[in-house]
Amino acid sequence: MKINLTLNGKRIEEEIRADLLLIDFVREHGCFSVKRGCETSGCGLCTVFLDEKPVLSCSVLAARADGHAVTTLEGLQKEAEEFGAFIADQGAEQCGFCNPGMIMNAIALFRENPDPTDEEMKEYLAGNLCRCSGYEGQLRGMKAFLEYKKQGGTV
Amino acid sequence: MLKIKNYVKAESLQQAYELNQKKSNRLLGGMLWMKMSSAQIQTAIDLSGLMLDQIEETDEEFRIGCMVTLRQIELHQGLNDWFQGMLRDSVKDIVGVQFRNLATVGGSIFGRFGFSDVLTAFLALDTKVELYRGGIIPLEEFVKMPRDRDILVRLIVKKTSGTFAYLSHRNARTDFPVLAVGMSLCGKQARISVGARPQKAMAIELSEAETEKIREGVCSEEELAGIAQAAAEKIPTGSNMRTGSEYRSHLCGVLIRRGLMKLQEGGGRHED
Repeated sequence: MKINLTLNGKRIEEEIRADLLLIDFVREHGCFSVKRGCETSGCGLCTVFLDEKPVLSCSVLAARADGHAVTTLEGLQKEAEEFGAFIADQGAEQCGFCNPGMIMNAIALFRENPDPTDEEMKEYLAGNLCRCSGYEGQLRGMKAFLEYKKQGGTV
Repeated sequence: MLKIKNYVKAESLQQAYELNQKKSNRLLGGMLWMKMSSAQIQTAIDLSGLMLDQIEETDEEFRIGCMVTLRQIELHQGLNDWFQGMLRDSVKDIVGVQFRNLATVGGSIFGRFGFSDVLTAFLALDTKVELYRGGIIPLEEFVKMPRDRDILVRLIVKKTSGTFAYLSHRNARTDFPVLAVGMSLCGKQARISVGARPQKAMAIELSEAETEKIREGVCSEEELAGIAQAAAEKIPTGSNMRTGSEYRSHLCGVLIRRGLMKLQEGGGRHED
């Protein structure tokens, strides 16, 4: 079957298998930030935006992205770099495997709710697992980033 | 691993229904549970082009299309205002936002899964399901029906005035519930649904006398505990990897008691 979609701003028309998952589609197009983790829809490593909403690319057919816009971390480079620096500053990433999914979902949160409480951050990121840390570093990084944004982007 | 040979984005419910009569074909909801299987599907039927991802609010009811996601339920102002956040509470711990942006209400209800928070919550409300061929029937009836090859088109939830509560207990925040309880107190009726027993959710009603006392707010804590205990004894439970039957039954009494306290505090208000 043929699909037409926009991946990180680029139009793609391609013949695909009916059961091709979106994660495999985006990785075939070089988006290696998108990781396969738990395979049970529970870890958030494979988070991408489908029309601006964060979804698990391991659990949705590429066919369902037909006519829609898909964004991966590669498509949010500037935004991701800016926020990612705050995560790095806290040493929040150890092995770093969860980081792309965590950053994607955090960006989704900031777009939806620019001034979240700690509880709202924890609730929004509950679907992103990190097996190295206790999430405290990520939380500190997010709070520092939000403070930076409140100050107009200066530290 | 799930295998799908063909994919059809249905252009009408009639087309979807006809395709779905073949046993090797399957309707897609959010496909999160289906994806975990190793099913071999000839044709996957997608309803996402049929505008069934809308929540319509009228003076009498909410009409929730089968392709509405759990996240839409969670964020819908009208549903949350009317049912006092009960539906939001029922879905907010289901994995994560990314999961809830995919999982659909139709998939959750049609599956009639034992672990379903969604089924438990809607069963506590005055909910009907609209089936493409089977017409409109109460959710409670639908839950007991064997699976067939009809299509669940939408849920219709009556705007009953009352007080509502949803409680669940989980071993870990985003895990399936160990037990889930949905409750409503509307007029002379107090309804309690219990899910993750671990069998699929079932509902019971309190007597009119009990309901009236709770509505008037005159039950002591001991009386509420007694009513909860008696209600819990009517709910059969079983064991699975999350916990045993004995613990579940105890938990059932505890969650119902806490829910009754909430209902009593609300006093069945929200009169329009």
